[in-house]
Amino acid sequence: MTAAQQTPQAPPADSAPAVREPVLRQILSSSGTLVALSVVVALVVAAVLIALADPDAQAALGYLFARPGDFFAASWDAVYGAYSSLFRGAVFDPQAATFQRAIRPLTETLTAATPLIFAGLGLAVAFRSGLFNIGAQGQVVLGATFAAFAGFTFDLPPVVHMVVAVAFGVVAGALWAGIAGVLKARTGANEVIVTIMLNSIAGFLMAYLLTTAAFKRPGSNPISPILDADAMFPRLLGSGFRLHLGFVLALLAAWGVWWLMERSADGYRFRAVGLNPDAARTAGIRISSVYVKVMLVAGALAGMGGVSQVLGTEGVLQDGVAGSIGFDAITVALLGRSTPAGTVGAALLFGALRAGSPLMQTVSGTPIDIVLVVQAIIVLLIAAPPLVRAIFRLPAPSNAREVVS
Amino acid sequence: MSTVVVPEPGGLVETRTVVQSAISWKAPITYGVLGLLSLLCFGLFTPGGHVSTFVVSTAADAVQISPVVLPSRLTAVLLSLVVLAAAGYSAWAAARRRHVGAWVPVVVGVCVVLGFLVWASAGKERPITFTTLLVSGLVLSLPLVFGSMAGLLCERSGIINIAIEGQLLAGAFLAAVAATVAGNPYVGLVAAPLAGVLVAALLAWFSITYRVNQIIVGVVLNVLVIGLTSFLFSAVLSQDIAGLNSPGRLPTLAVPFLSEIPVIGPVLFRQNILVYLMIATVVVLQVMVFRSRWGLRMRSVGEHPKAADTVGIDVNRTRWRNTLLGGAVAGLGGAAFTIAAGLSFQKEMTGGKGYIALAAMILGRWSPKGALAAALLFGFADTLRVGLSLVNTGVPSQFLAMLPYLATIFAVAGLVGRVRPPAAEGVPYPK
Repeated sequence: MTAAQQTPQAPPADSAPAVREPVLRQILSSSGTLVALSVVVALVVAAVLIALADPDAQAALGYLFARPGDFFAASWDAVYGAYSSLFRGAVFDPQAATFQRAIRPLTETLTAATPLIFAGLGLAVAFRSGLFNIGAQGQVVLGATFAAFAGFTFDLPPVVHMVVAVAFGVVAGALWAGIAGVLKARTGANEVIVTIMLNSIAGFLMAYLLTTAAFKRPGSNPISPILDADAMFPRLLGSGFRLHLGFVLALLAAWGVWWLMERSADGYRFRAVGLNPDAARTAGIRISSVYVKVMLVAGALAGMGGVSQVLGTEGVLQDGVAGSIGFDAITVALLGRSTPAGTVGAALLFGALRAGSPLMQTVSGTPIDIVLVVQAIIVLLIAAPPLVRAIFRLPAPSNAREVVS
Repeated sequence: MSTVVVPEPGGLVETRTVVQSAISWKAPITYGVLGLLSLLCFGLFTPGGHVSTFVVSTAADAVQISPVVLPSRLTAVLLSLVVLAAAGYSAWAAARRRHVGAWVPVVVGVCVVLGFLVWASAGKERPITFTTLLVSGLVLSLPLVFGSMAGLLCERSGIINIAIEGQLLAGAFLAAVAATVAGNPYVGLVAAPLAGVLVAALLAWFSITYRVNQIIVGVVLNVLVIGLTSFLFSAVLSQDIAGLNSPGRLPTLAVPFLSEIPVIGPVLFRQNILVYLMIATVVVLQVMVFRSRWGLRMRSVGEHPKAADTVGIDVNRTRWRNTLLGGAVAGLGGAAFTIAAGLSFQKEMTGGKGYIALAAMILGRWSPKGALAAALLFGFADTLRVGLSLVNTGVPSQFLAMLPYLATIFAVAGLVGRVRPPAAEGVPYPK
């Protein structure tokens, strides 16, 4: 073999197209393209649903063959109305009076993404360690409950109060998830079942606590006192925007998870157990302690999701404060392929859908639930790259890893 | 491990080491703790002199039985002693490495629940309508039983079905719409399985053809079905409630004579067709899964697909068929939410019942009768919660609501422990 053949920097001139083609091929078969195309397919499917559900389009469908233009015009109006208002609610509103108003949607997207990043990271850690933790919802609920408790009960100096409230929420989430970890380690109890059950129990526990004197404000409604202003996360961009410190903490947490999983000895053990528990055990890793540690980390992160919800946006504890963050986070972590950067990206996408959908519902009358359809289709397609490639007739990658989680 | 000296026939004495599995004390300890708790809470905390009244007969029974009046404390103590005796028996059997039958946990469960009822109704004006509790418990466990049978059909053939929730919801949706449009609830009963099959087809397509992680597909399909049905509910159904979402109720079909037997009659023989279908499904599956060629093939594909393939069974076709069949069964269970109860479809009306069904299947160790028992347990626990919030017990209703979930964790961690799912579950079979 000669030196010239080994040097890739100097290919012969006539083989240039052969080099360029793989580059195009690489772009077409890359996971970035895959994600983009999946989003496109999901939006198209949702557009079909929106069009079919639109009363005007339905009426025009009756005489589709006589005047097809009417149907397509009505469908286009419905779909354009829905998606443009979704965009205006999630990214940028060109119709707003001031610039501040115009970019407010973008900050709302970041705010909505914050708890999703936290909870998604928690699930990502568990998924990569081979634990299918469905319990983020319960951990979010517990995190929110105890952070709020510290927030309205104690009377502490400004920064200390916030730190204490965060600590309460994080520890509550970690311990709640730890139950599943300990049971899995000690008795082999299936973590899918235990975490599902803990979700329901957490919901009832919060509902009960909100009827007790320690949590309920005077009155008949199950709602807590308003949190101390000292305990709340400071707003990042002034009082005109809801974006709060939690977003920065979420990005830091993403970096922390990356460091934990890729650079630390514990993360190495986590991944080893996730890839092959039997091999990990043979290699001398104590699986039971890994399970407990993984669940503690996952629970702490998901608990942070609840913390950011109460300390960042809600400022009060009541039923529904956790929304469906914990369940949405499952799709976030799956879409992000359980990597920190992917999770942040997925959370931003879902945060945008979340932030934009209320405006979509009020302006165009498209029910908010279409967002769930879009989310589900995106994740389904991303999990099945061959299907997306078949739809768009893309080339298959030569040696890409196609396995999710 | 113990060393046994076995005298050989030839006069030689050979020392043989017999390795035995460790004795599991989990079950006796669990029963013992339950018995003690029951003795303390229900027996000794019940004030003396109070009575608990149980109404057994319903108006349509042939033989009327007068309400049973029991001395509360004595009954609760006796029931607790039965639990403790069961714990003792189970400990005795465990020490001798004997296998105890399924009746022990059933006896323990029934006694604890009865003790709880006795305690809850002690000295209360309002009697416990025992038979009504049983009837509504059975009705509430309908979707759980169908759901757990669906999960069983899929998992026994090696496909994890987390999408039970979505299949139930799709079944409930289509049953309500079809029954309303056709003006006949039985049409809904035909439509519901179709909806379940559609969801199952997606599950099979992604997990068998594209070999996507089955848990992921299941979770995402649930989200998809929730989104689709909620979207259609808001955008279409709510525009025309009378024409699209007002299903009739499946009529009650009383079996002649049998339905007039006290207690058993109203529970088993004075129900709608869905309940009879449920009983038939469980019985048929219990026989077919373990006694038929079809069942053997299904189990072999779930346990060792390569061996099944070697003897000529088409692994992926078997999985496709069973997944679709499971979807149909779950869809039928969805009909319980709408047409069996005579209710219109509501957003997310299954409320996590699919996940509970999954838990019931695992608690029942992937066998139809076990899953049935677990599903009934959950259904009755749900009824107790509703029924007891009427009888004011002083226990916060949220704690009663937690009971089935706590019981599941207790059972999964304490009794079932390391359950063994079908070996090839969740593993795609590339051919």
